[in-house]
Amino acid sequence: MPSKLEIRPFSAAFSPAPRICLHLCALAACAAALQLAAQAPLAPAAPQPRFVVVLDAAHGGDDPGGRLSNGQAEKSITLALSVRLRSLLAARGIQVVTTREFDSTVDLNRRAELANHAYAAACLSLHATESGSGVHLFASALAPAQPARFAAWKTAQAAWVTRSLALAGVLNSALLHAGFNVTLGRAALPALDSMACPAVAVEVAPEFASGRDSSHAPAAGLDDPGYQARVAGALAAALLEWRTDAWRMEAARP
Amino acid sequence: MIPRHQTILFIVLLLTSVVMGVVLWQLRERAHQRLVAGQDSAPTRAPEVAPAEQATLFVANDADSSLLAQIQSLPLPLDPGARARAILGKLFDLYAAPDAAHPVPGGAGSVAQVFLLPAQTPNSGPDTGLDTRLDTGPDTRLNRGSRTSKSTASNPGQTNSSQSGPELAVVNLTGSFAASHPSGLETETLTLLSICATLHANLPRVTQVRFLVDGQQRATLAGHADLTRTYLAAEAVPSEGAHP
Repeated sequence: MPSKLEIRPFSAAFSPAPRICLHLCALAACAAALQLAAQAPLAPAAPQPRFVVVLDAAHGGDDPGGRLSNGQAEKSITLALSVRLRSLLAARGIQVVTTREFDSTVDLNRRAELANHAYAAACLSLHATESGSGVHLFASALAPAQPARFAAWKTAQAAWVTRSLALAGVLNSALLHAGFNVTLGRAALPALDSMACPAVAVEVAPEFASGRDSSHAPAAGLDDPGYQARVAGALAAALLEWRTDAWRMEAARP
Repeated sequence: MIPRHQTILFIVLLLTSVVMGVVLWQLRERAHQRLVAGQDSAPTRAPEVAPAEQATLFVANDADSSLLAQIQSLPLPLDPGARARAILGKLFDLYAAPDAAHPVPGGAGSVAQVFLLPAQTPNSGPDTGLDTRLDTGPDTRLNRGSRTSKSTASNPGQTNSSQSGPELAVVNLTGSFAASHPSGLETETLTLLSICATLHANLPRVTQVRFLVDGQQRATLAGHADLTRTYLAAEAVPSEGAHP
């Protein structure tokens, strides 16, 4: 039984041979740590920032929207386009929030609420019409305003108009590249004006060979699945580019 | 022999009939005199035919989503409200034509009234600091406008002639026009912008435009374009070769 407690240095508790081994192990550990530190920039980057797209298929349920020439309602075309676009975006790893998945009535304010709760990077309000030709892109007609902590509901889009116009430009480029006849404009659309995100109304019209000519049948009708797929493909390509731009801006931010 | 009381009764009834006949004759004469007096106060002069003037119409085109200025010659009344209605009627006649580039049925009868009211400048009212393009308090401003329109509707010309500042045009469309308007964001927006641009081109004091349908506020024209907001007329006028 020990008479007193002897306190010795930690290193002194070992004999010389194990002490050499201990030093070697420490050196190896330091080298490994240095190697890890050197490799840090090459390691997988931090997770990319969140990128959510809101697809608002206009009308639905009790609100059929416009009546198209083939007897179909606008709500059916917008829902079909929304489903196609959602599939394309999901396949490319983009998170999508839709305002409706089937033929249901969704209040205009509810649509804006869904978009605003999603903190979306892009909101597309999808419409269809028999008038005109190609694809019509509309940003809000609100005058640009500085972001405010509490935005008025009916003018929430004012703080995002500049970004919405930029999004409309990206969509315009992609649609032109895909061979569509595109018109750009500003419009007062109640749901769009309440969205606090880059938002654009996309109105799809039948495609005519060379502009609108009532004496000729359209080259592609609104209910043509191939036409819808082309429009959805062009919009998906534009949103991919929009995501790349958003990530680039995020990376450049100090 | 006729009893005495029956004779008295007969005489009383006869006298009563005569008195009633006289009273009726007098009432008839009075009614005739009232009618004659009313005819005297009725206008006897035929309405003057307004001279034909040139008006600039901004006509929408669905094919390229544009507004194209057209000069039209048409008789225009002197009263600004009636003048605005006549100009918009001509614009809607063009849209109702069979070969219209922006087909909208209805024609000139689609504009029920146009009221011209003093426009509220952005810094003059309680809405100071809010966005001037949109009504952030639509109910408040609409009620204010409705009250004013009621007070001026009886004699809009007198009110308008005394104004020199910017004006708000309240365009009252018919329900049948809104019901028959083609549905679509582009076509509805073009209709509203062409109305705003045409009003501003011919009545430069009109800086703001609001829309009613059958005298009531309506959410959208045909399911898309917002009718609850105040449109700035000058911004609807396209620059040369530009889309609205």
